[in-house]
Amino acid sequence: MPDTIPPTGSPHSWPAGIDRVPFWLYQDPDILRAEQRKIFEGPAWHYLCLEVEIENTGDYRTTQIGDMPIVVVRGENGAIHAFENRCAHRGALIAFENKGNAKDFTCAYHAWRYDLRGNLCSVAFQRGVGGKGGMPEDFRLSDHGPRKLRAESIGGLVFGTLDPAAPSLEDYLTPPIAAKIRRVFNRKLEVIGRFTQTLPNNWKLYAENIRDTYHASLLHLFFTTFRITRFNQAGGVTISEDGAHHASATIGRNEVSDDVYKQQGIRSDNDEFRLHDPSFLDAVAEFGDDIQLQNVALFPATMLQQLHNSIAVRQTVPRGTEEMDLNWTFLGFADDTPEMRRRRLRQGNLAGPAGFVSMEDGCIGGFVQRGVLAAPEEQGIVEMGGRDATSMATRATEASVRGFWKKYRAMMEL
Amino acid sequence: MPDTDAALLFRLSALNTAYASAIDAGRLEDWPDFFVDDCLYKVTTAANHAEGLAAGIVYADSKGMLKDRIAALRKANIFERQSYRHLIGMPSILGRDSGGIRCETPFFVARIVRDGAMSLFATGRYLDLVRDEATYGLRFVERLAICDSQRIDTLLAIPL
Repeated sequence: MPDTIPPTGSPHSWPAGIDRVPFWLYQDPDILRAEQRKIFEGPAWHYLCLEVEIENTGDYRTTQIGDMPIVVVRGENGAIHAFENRCAHRGALIAFENKGNAKDFTCAYHAWRYDLRGNLCSVAFQRGVGGKGGMPEDFRLSDHGPRKLRAESIGGLVFGTLDPAAPSLEDYLTPPIAAKIRRVFNRKLEVIGRFTQTLPNNWKLYAENIRDTYHASLLHLFFTTFRITRFNQAGGVTISEDGAHHASATIGRNEVSDDVYKQQGIRSDNDEFRLHDPSFLDAVAEFGDDIQLQNVALFPATMLQQLHNSIAVRQTVPRGTEEMDLNWTFLGFADDTPEMRRRRLRQGNLAGPAGFVSMEDGCIGGFVQRGVLAAPEEQGIVEMGGRDATSMATRATEASVRGFWKKYRAMMEL
Repeated sequence: MPDTDAALLFRLSALNTAYASAIDAGRLEDWPDFFVDDCLYKVTTAANHAEGLAAGIVYADSKGMLKDRIAALRKANIFERQSYRHLIGMPSILGRDSGGIRCETPFFVARIVRDGAMSLFATGRYLDLVRDEATYGLRFVERLAICDSQRIDTLLAIPL
């Protein structure tokens, strides 16, 4: 059967272009299945874990790429291997802890055993017991095994792809985006906390939200009130050629008067609001420039945050059409002084499930998901800043959201 | 003369009841006063705590930060109207020294959202360091709200 989406007979339509987003995209289970096949298992790279989380031979972590469970493990000679966490025999999870250290992996169900590369190396009772039972003579271990991924790293972040034909990680990310990653992830990392936030919305609504620089100072009042970011601060968005990846930057302090907000009469202008303990926002420029905030979004499901000195990786995992997990890994660097570490802990209040500037993103996708429930054939408007997806020296734009859809349409052949 | 364990347990339970009542009744401005000025309030998970990972979902190491958390909820943050119902168990006293009383107390928190959706939002334990002063009575020097699950549904706005 040809691999067409929407399926033949589907009532859905999507006009050409990337400035309109039909709402059935957030609702249709066929779309979710196609995303798993074409994006999550397709020629894209997905964040798996940090190199420092699997430092020694046999250290492993389990994660997911979309619905696909993954084991990522440090093999011999420092190599990193990743394979599907699915026993070749009956399909059970091979590893069912978040992390560990293993000489090899033995499936709990029937003790089929895999080496650190995911190769099947033994089958319990392969020759039977007492000359009875056992596997047929023509059974070959090497014919069976979980699907293997390619694993590559940048800045201590380990990525994987299932597609042997995918470009290298570096080529996939493109040099301008890779430079933004290396700007922050420039030395040995240390995990300082892990949290999972379940959002009541389709995963793509969060992918759009993180690329949506237009909403930042409008929905997140905390930012604007304390002058953490404003449209009139310098900054902009960098978008990869294919639209896939995005990096936004907010540079320096206020440069223009705040009259822009006053003239617009926008809710977020609230001069009465002052912090009792503003010291938690005392930031140190640690990356050799004036970029205070940098958000990098990598297609499809990885986000890298630098909010002042709060560093985090976010990973999106769809859970059906109307729910997703957002896995937060908060980071410091191994060379942090106690003062810097305390600064990161305090600035951690900015983001996460209770983040002063991210809390709203936990519910806003759900507001959309519920808002569009009866309107699958209606469309969202993504026209701020034009109709294409190119880098811009402003954040009053939805160019990066359009970039996401540009890449999405290409990969989904929609 | 210090309280007997029974008397102290009663006072700690009364402290927790008052703490829960302030939050559940929406008197959030009263919440910071359950803490000393130089306090630590953190919401984290059992897995992070066990691994010694210091970051919190909420991390406030001054009373000013607690006040700012409430001010932000009142004036800045957008979320669907909701309330909590705390059910706080009996504290167990882990130790008493010059720094204060160390105790651990289990909690259940139900969340009730605008549309009536009611869920068991968080279970866990408070790991507390409580100071007893003549002027103020019992106040928290440290309160770590350690959630059993690593998963937070939608968002955490109101403190646990």
